[in-house]
Amino acid sequence: MTNVFLAQADIEAPPIDYAAILPMLIILGAACVGVLFEAFLPKHQRWPGQVTLSLLALAGAGVALGAYAGDSPERGVTTLSGTLAVDRPALFLWGTLLALALAALLLIADRSVEPGGAFVAQAGIAPGTVQDREQVGSTGMQTEVFPLTLFALGGMMAFTAANDLLTMFIALEVLSLPLYLMCGLARRRRLISQEAAVKYFLLGAFASAFFLYGLALLYGYAGSVRLADIANATAGTDRSDTLLFAGLGLLLVGLLFKGSVGPFHTWTPDVYQGAPTPITAFMAACTKVAAFGAILRVLTVAFETTNWEWRGVLWAVAIVSMLIGAVLGLTQTDVKRMIAYSSIAHAGFLLIGTMALTDEGLSGTMFYLLAYGFTTLAAFGVISLVRDSTGEATHLSAWAGLAKRSPLLAGVFTFLLLALAGIPLTSGFVGKFVVFSAALSDGMAPLVVIALVFSAVAAFFYLRVVVLMYFSEPAPEGPSVSVPGAFTTAAITLGVVVTLLLGVAPTFALDWAGAGGFALGS
Amino acid sequence: MTVLLALILLPLAGALALTGLRSNDRLATITALAVSIVELLLIVPLWLAYDPGGERIQQASSMDWIPAFGVHISFGIDGIALLMIAVIALLVPIVIGALHSTDKLPEGRSAAGFLALILVQQALTIAVFAATDVFLFYVLFEIMLIPMYFLIGGYGGARRQYAAVKFFLYSFLGGLIMLASAIGAYSLAADELGQGTFDWATLVDVVSDAPASTQIWLFLGFFLAFAIKAPLVPFHTWLPDAAGQAPIGVTVLLVGVLDKVGTFGFLRYCLPMFPEGSERLAPLVLVLGVIGVIYGSMLAAGQQDMKRFVAYVSLAHFGFIAIGIFAFTQQAMVGSATYMLNHSIATGMLILVVGIIAARGGSTRISDYGGMAKVTPILGGMLLLAGLSTLSLPGTNSFISEFLVLLGAFETRPAYAIVATVGMVLAAAYVLWLYQRIMTGPVRGDALLGASPGPGAVEAPEAGAKKTIRDLSVTEIAVLAPLVVLVLGLGFYPKPVLDTVTPTVDATLTAVQER
Repeated sequence: MTNVFLAQADIEAPPIDYAAILPMLIILGAACVGVLFEAFLPKHQRWPGQVTLSLLALAGAGVALGAYAGDSPERGVTTLSGTLAVDRPALFLWGTLLALALAALLLIADRSVEPGGAFVAQAGIAPGTVQDREQVGSTGMQTEVFPLTLFALGGMMAFTAANDLLTMFIALEVLSLPLYLMCGLARRRRLISQEAAVKYFLLGAFASAFFLYGLALLYGYAGSVRLADIANATAGTDRSDTLLFAGLGLLLVGLLFKGSVGPFHTWTPDVYQGAPTPITAFMAACTKVAAFGAILRVLTVAFETTNWEWRGVLWAVAIVSMLIGAVLGLTQTDVKRMIAYSSIAHAGFLLIGTMALTDEGLSGTMFYLLAYGFTTLAAFGVISLVRDSTGEATHLSAWAGLAKRSPLLAGVFTFLLLALAGIPLTSGFVGKFVVFSAALSDGMAPLVVIALVFSAVAAFFYLRVVVLMYFSEPAPEGPSVSVPGAFTTAAITLGVVVTLLLGVAPTFALDWAGAGGFALGS
Repeated sequence: MTVLLALILLPLAGALALTGLRSNDRLATITALAVSIVELLLIVPLWLAYDPGGERIQQASSMDWIPAFGVHISFGIDGIALLMIAVIALLVPIVIGALHSTDKLPEGRSAAGFLALILVQQALTIAVFAATDVFLFYVLFEIMLIPMYFLIGGYGGARRQYAAVKFFLYSFLGGLIMLASAIGAYSLAADELGQGTFDWATLVDVVSDAPASTQIWLFLGFFLAFAIKAPLVPFHTWLPDAAGQAPIGVTVLLVGVLDKVGTFGFLRYCLPMFPEGSERLAPLVLVLGVIGVIYGSMLAAGQQDMKRFVAYVSLAHFGFIAIGIFAFTQQAMVGSATYMLNHSIATGMLILVVGIIAARGGSTRISDYGGMAKVTPILGGMLLLAGLSTLSLPGTNSFISEFLVLLGAFETRPAYAIVATVGMVLAAAYVLWLYQRIMTGPVRGDALLGASPGPGAVEAPEAGAKKTIRDLSVTEIAVLAPLVVLVLGLGFYPKPVLDTVTPTVDATLTAVQER
């Protein structure tokens, strides 16, 4: 008995580098406190309490991140028994995620554009029932959305830093489950909101299963789930390549699904359209960062040596994604769906940078994520302002002649669309430039030319909206543009300023993004 | 601050000031006119400071922009850039002055917005000619599309949306392909020097030594962008739409100056950076040029619409310019470089006169007119002069340029020169036929007699033309006068222009032939 006791005492708890993971701990801790707020705070105090808590958590995490990043080791550290790698890319992506989440949270917190906020009072009530009709007039909201956002954010942060596949899978679920829920919380158009939630959940569950299956095969191949061990195993030749490539393929399906890369994009338009717009903004910006952060890490750390085998497949995936995004985007009549297809096209561009596997490719892709995130967030912020009596007027025909009625909003949206199209002096252009130049110097010239052609095709549907807003006559019973509250104004301003700043003076962000590579050791 | 920077910043400041004058159209017009005239006066010190025998790039200024990629904000001019900057500085005040007689802005739109866009366009166009960093050039090349897009789409004719989007997408796609080539050149420099740069002079040094196959690919990227811009057949289809739908003043700037960025790009970027590629692909360009000359001339002759007529005439002229550039002789290239200026003057005047005619008659259909010179003799004379300059009659400014192009091209490429000469004959035919149909014979046509419904409809048909058909007023004559002076002046004394461009052309030509 004593022996057993002594033996237990010998087990050392793994050393934890608290300073490194403090930002993540703050976010997840605040999420837990948020849940308690829901349970113990009276109803009228929940919204102010949750907003204050979430903003404080983001600020605290930002400060902790800034303090740590200032003198973090160049090679990065791995902690928690090597399950998390806090290296320079992870720190950059964390910073990006926190900044984007701040803007998204401002959109989520806004209750003046839509009286009571974009979220329903009681999500549990089935649409179309008597109770549902009753709650139309109420201005309450489900304040659970704040802790859910923080949980999702914490999951995303863990996702980008996960150093083994199992941790990555847990993080994937932590980030996904809250998102599924949040999609179904829209105050208006309850049915398509719930449809979006179910669709996202079902397809997301499939994608997770793919990921898990791939994980299992890779474990069978390498005998370990650590990225570094897999990389070592690929150096030996006596193992089954079938396991390796089947595993990698299934793993990538799961990851590409999250990044809404075509042809694994089918959920994107429906979910983007159905989810409450602030949540769409959060998903579009942050999930993309998290997913591509993870893809970058997996490909660079674990599969760099086998890149000749898988690169051809990813070429095809990137082309398909750009094709689907650019061509189907042309046919859309709903603004939110259009931006969804644009995000699929952008995912294709991002994949090009991801494949480069060079320092330039890494920093370029991360810069692109930062730039794209802010632009698309601000774009959704603008979309939430154009409303008619039934809620947001997302049908394109409602946007005709908008410039006549509200020139400022039209101007801001035009600027954001031009950024998405990649016109110079916007962040979108610099992002494309760094990604494409990395790809070119890595010998992917044909792919870059294809990408440029699709950029031009995609530019067409952005321009179509500009044409509608400026050169068309306004619809007689067109939507009105709500005067945004302080929160939404702040979020849109932040997005526009960053888009402009990164377009005109990108040097500082490029330096941060290029500060160092992944921690390759265990 | 150099005069050059002042030239770029002044119109931007003017545009900013105009945004405060939305409610007062008259004051806005006066302000814009004042700004553009000061801009024109600034050309004088710029021209005087330019020393043809001096440095390749003068008035240079540079500052860091994105050090990570060796991108600078650097400006400077050579002889050809100087001419182009001078000509846009000349055309903008004329366009603003003539605005009243050529275009009616759509209801409810203030003149301030239109004029501000024109000034922004001017600043960006000057900057694009002055840029000496390839990245900066690309950025300006694309940014330049945005004001033009809003000018066409916001103030143009019935099919303006279509024309604006078509214009934008063509140029944007070309620009993107050019960007790929620019990045390619950048990575060549990065391999060679260890540190990438977009500085034009450095890139010329590095890239011009690259192997021929690389050069051909990179050349094609730049060439495509410029061939769309300066439209060469078969990349020209946006031009008739854009020129046909844009307001007259905008068409003048578009065809007169913006499109010259394409031919300017051949001279400044394609030839010095990719001498080997240029030489290998010269036959291709020459064929496109010759096709442009013949095809443009034939289509011009067949046009029913005056504005589209001008667009096709320009297509023919751009063909001539391309032939002159890619013939690789000094005479031909000097001819092309001066043609870029002379075409701006001649075509600018032609478009303005056509615009005045169309505004008077309320129609751009040629068949709506006839015998107009009887009612408006001075306007008729202006059309004749602009037309004669367009067909390069000796004594007008274009003659010497076209003559030099054909002479120079005949030395190295006789076959192309001979075919292109046919274009000169065709030019005489389509221009004179246009003049004949609009101006000569008995007064006839709906636009003149007022049979068509509209303001000033039939009062007394037998009394002749309707009241709106007036001859040029003193103001309008004053606005067109500088162009008349230049058409005739440069026709008889082209030396200052030739002297300005010759050293630049020599430098370009040496760059090609040394390799």
